[in-house]
Formats: sequence, structure tokens, C-alpha cells
Amino acid sequence: MSIHVRSISKSFGSFTALDRVSLDVPEGTLLALLGPSGSGKTTLLRIIAGLEFADEGSIEEDGEDITGRHAREREVGFVFQHYALFRHMTVFENIAFGLRVRKVPQAEVTAKVEELLRLVRLDGLGGRKPAQLSGGQRQRVALARALAIRPRILLLDEPFGALDAKVRVELRQWLRRLHDEIGMTSVFVTHDQEEAFELADTVVVMNHGKIEQQGTPDEVFDHPATPFVMDFLGNVNVYHGRVENGRAFWHGIPIDYPDYPHAQAREARVYLRPHELELSPPAAVANRLGTSLPASILRVTRTGSITRVTCRPHGSEQELQVDVPTEMARRLHIDLEPGTHVAITPRKARVFVPDPEYVI
Amino acid sequence: MIHTRPSTDHSKPLTALLVAGAFGVVGLLIVVPLVNVFYEAFARGPGAWWEALVHDPDTRHAIWLSLTVAPVAVAINTLFGIAAAWLVARFRFPGRSLLISFFDVPFSVSPVVAGLALVLIFGRQGLLGPTLAWLDWKIIFAWPGLVLATTFVTLPLVVRELIPVMEAIGPEEELAAVSLGASGWQVFWRVTLPNIRWALLHGIVLANARAMGEFGAVYVVSGHIAGATDTMPLRVEKLFQEYRQPASMAVASVLAGLALVTLVAKFVIERRLEAESRDLAANRSQTDSLDHTKVEGAVA
Repeated sequence: MSIHVRSISKSFGSFTALDRVSLDVPEGTLLALLGPSGSGKTTLLRIIAGLEFADEGSIEEDGEDITGRHAREREVGFVFQHYALFRHMTVFENIAFGLRVRKVPQAEVTAKVEELLRLVRLDGLGGRKPAQLSGGQRQRVALARALAIRPRILLLDEPFGALDAKVRVELRQWLRRLHDEIGMTSVFVTHDQEEAFELADTVVVMNHGKIEQQGTPDEVFDHPATPFVMDFLGNVNVYHGRVENGRAFWHGIPIDYPDYPHAQAREARVYLRPHELELSPPAAVANRLGTSLPASILRVTRTGSITRVTCRPHGSEQELQVDVPTEMARRLHIDLEPGTHVAITPRKARVFVPDPEYVI
Repeated sequence: MIHTRPSTDHSKPLTALLVAGAFGVVGLLIVVPLVNVFYEAFARGPGAWWEALVHDPDTRHAIWLSLTVAPVAVAINTLFGIAAAWLVARFRFPGRSLLISFFDVPFSVSPVVAGLALVLIFGRQGLLGPTLAWLDWKIIFAWPGLVLATTFVTLPLVVRELIPVMEAIGPEEELAAVSLGASGWQVFWRVTLPNIRWALLHGIVLANARAMGEFGAVYVVSGHIAGATDTMPLRVEKLFQEYRQPASMAVASVLAGLALVTLVAKFVIERRLEAESRDLAANRSQTDSLDHTKVEGAVA
């Protein structure tokens, strides 16, 4: 089942939750809607589910317009953020609910529910009440309940939000395997980029009711389309510099930016991820003048596989984060201590010029 | 607040005095009069008590009337309470807070005033009097008037009980049921009603107790016709005025007995309600632990 969202808008009073959003979810995709709270991602998910209705625009499933169709008839599996399990029913009855309201014969219900309990690895817990389950177990009941009606698409609202870190990672991997097994078109909402990148085939980054970027995790991570995406995808060094004649300048170091060939200088922001900066001993700087930045180490934090080095470029008040794989750090021949002089070389940088379309 | 605990140690005599005072007041105002009702009712033995209840046709009729008016009023209240609580808890609309305050009017208005107001609308000289006369419907000084008055005074009891419970539970389970294909009725019977059942029962028990015992509003609209519009409380008063104290006490003891049953039912239901709100809190705390993890994650 493919989903096509066409120019959907939705407002709550004066708040614009979605502003002419269009989105294609091809058959069999696992797609993540990623964004901060208030970005409209949950509203979009609920509109796809039919739990909310758009002010404008339309939704199609396999080319069929389902904009006005009630949630009851959409055959969508929806997993709620806090599971929304029926608290007075047993796990078995929770999973059976969708079948009971469809008047499926008892024998068939039992067979189906037992099968789903095995699928979500909850065999033997059918007689429990939701309150007697752990968070991860409740989550899997919610999933089994949604799958029981053989939905054509599966929608998950912050599916791992309410779980502790360890369970979250396990369940994430399990869900990915499950998706590969049953191959159902699935959309999930998250504010956790790690979750989106690990789980999804396609990541859609949303902000202020609009889609900022859509692409594979690699595309989005390596080629952020907007400053927002760059910022949102975590740790980044931002430098306010200028751009002219096809080059931007980062602490005086030129960075190619052919999109702006004009002679008139403009303000530009240069973004560098901590792992895109390289440290070398200052002796090397002499040979690579104009491509490296002399700096002093301020702090060193070791977090397992990554050593995070905070530096201050000479003659600047700005701090720079540099991530060095801990194993690499030993081979750098640098004394990673505060006060040590180093050279920083940018290996990759992204330049954003505000409103480039207004440039003549 | 911090100093409360130490200060109680210093003032044990004061605490003892307050406890004794509270028990004294409760005993004097509630326990002693109530026990006395039973004492007076059974003073001549159970046989005489039974005789007093069933022998007089007017008393028999009053008991019968109360046993029919109260359930009807409670049933109306239950339907209204569920619908109104659902409306208020699930939807945001202009005038919502005003509507909620109106639910409380029957609590703040004297029942006599409520009865009078009904007479002024539905009575022969009232606003709707000519219409009702033309339809040949008798409301005031008749059974429908009793139901109306009783419904009026018990109106807040069910709805007030349901609103906070429905708000605490939230709409998610209902939405989940809809997304699983349930119709409106299926959602109500299978999800909403089981979730609110104890709160609803609590409201019904309270409304029933109030409906059986209502005097003021019913007094005004009933016309106090023995054997026709006298309910149990009205009968108690009439027998008492007629210097038939044993009979009066016998009927009163039935009402008091009902109050005791209500008390026990209320106690049992409240324990269930507490257990359910603990469950709800347990569900929520699962969510809180997540925010905790997030914070730790950010620090790491």
C-alpha cells in the first residue's frame, strides 16, 4: 500500500500545524517523520490515520482518494505513543479487539491472537492485564493489537518514546526485523534522530509544519538541505563568516562554494560536524598554511569509542568541538591535554547563505 | 508545612482535644440521632414495626412511590450524566466552563426554590400551564412532577463524578478502538463504560440516596396528597405531624437503613476507585521514567 499526501494544511486556532505538506510513501517503505515537538509530525500521522482531518489537501492510498474516510474504515494499524491499551481487558482481549468488533468466529480469533502473541514474543502472557506488563511488553501488545486487523499500513506515534534506553534499542532492532519480514508500509514519528536513522529507509525532517528534507538516512545526514536540518541532526560547529567569488571563509580558511560566484560579499554560515574536523600536530601546519587552523586544546572528554576534544582557535573566542575516534587518538602523536597546541583541518563543511534566491 | 510534624509532638493534648471534639460532634449530631431512630422504630418490637409499614395503605403507597420515582430520576441522571460528561471531557467548545458551572446550580439553590420554579413553569398557572392543560398532561401534583423535582436536585451527582475520571483517562483508548474498527456504540460499551464503571456506580449510589431522601423540592411539587403524591420522606413528616410517632419512626428507619446501605456501597466502590486511579498513576509513571532516560542520554 503506497500513501500519497497532497498539499495538506491543518490549523488549530491560530497555530498552523501543517502548511501545504506533500509526501509520498512508496509501498513497503519504513519511513520516519523526524522533527522537534510542534513540527507537525504527529498531526500528519494522525491525518494519515483518519484520527484528524485536514483543512485542505488530500490523501491517496494506491491512487484511491481516502481524504474523507473515517478512521474506522481506513484499515490502518495505529500504535499510540502511550500504547492506549484497554486497561480493563487482558492482553488476549486487547489483541482480539479488532477481530471481535468484526465478529470474527471465536476459533479464528484464538488462532490469530496466539499467532500474534508468538510474533511479538509474549507467548503465555495472554491472561495478564496491561498494568502487569513492563513498558516494552505493553508496546509489543499495542503492536500486536494493531497488526491483528491486517492493516494495509502501520502508523506508530513515538513508538519507543516511553521506554528506557536499553529496551528502546532492542525493540528498535526487533521492529526493523519485523518490518523486513512482513514488509508492510510503515510510518513512524520520532524526535530522536538516532532512532530515525537506524530504523528508517526514508527520513523526513519536519519543522514548523513543513518538510525540510526527505531522503535516505545517508542523504539527509551527509547532505543536509537546510541549516535547520544541519542543526537538528545534532552536534555541529557553526561559524558566521562570509562568502564571495565562489568561496566561503571559515576562520580565514577558504571553502569552495560555487553556488555563489558573485564578487559582492554576503554573510554565510559554515557548519562543520565534530567528526569532520581533523587534528594534527602543529609542526604540520607550516606545510599546509591556509588549510589548517592553529588552536589550543581546552578540554578532553572520553566517551567510549569517541574522544571529544574542545579547542580554541588562536585569536578567537569561539570553541570548536572535534571528535576523534579513541583508537585514532593514540596514533595522532598529540598529547591530548589542555594547553597543547594543535592544527585543525576541516575535511568537509557545509555553507548556507541566507535567502540565496534573493541574490542577483 | 515543614514545622507541622514537630509541632504536633509539642501539642499532644491539643490533638487529643481535637480528636475528642470531632468524635463528640459526629456522635451527637449523627450517631446518636440515627441510633435513636432505630430505637424508636423498634421500641415495640419488629412485629409492630412491620405492621406500621404495611398496614396503612397510604404508607404502602408512599414506599411504592419512592421506589418508582427514585429509579426513574436516577436513570435520567445516569443517561444525562454520561452524555454531558463525555461532551465536556472530550470536546472544547465556547461556553464549556459556563455549562460546567450550570451543572452545580442544583447544589447551590435551595430545593424549595427549585420546586417553586418548576411549579411556575409546569403548574396550571405556569408558563406552560395552558399547553399542558390542552394536552391533558398533569405534571405538578402528579408523578411526572415528582420525577422532575427529584431529577433536578440530583442532577450534578453523576456528571460531577464522571468528568474528572473521564478527563484523567483521556481519549486515547477510545481512539484506539475506533482505529481498530469499532463503531460508536462498540467504543462506548466495550471501552468507555468499563473504564468509568466504578465512578458511574459511585454517582448512581449517591444520586439514589439523595433521590430517596429528597424532601424540599418534592414537597412543593407534590401537593402532599396522601395515597397519591406522598413519597417516603413526605410520609414521615405527615405521620409525625399527625402524632403517629411509631409509624413515622418506622418509615424513617427504612430511609435511615437505606443511608447505611449507601454508606457501605460507597465505601466499597471508593476502594475500587482508588485502586483504579493507582493503576492509572502506574501507567503514567512508566512515561515519566522515559524523560529521565532522555536527560541522562543528553548528559552522556
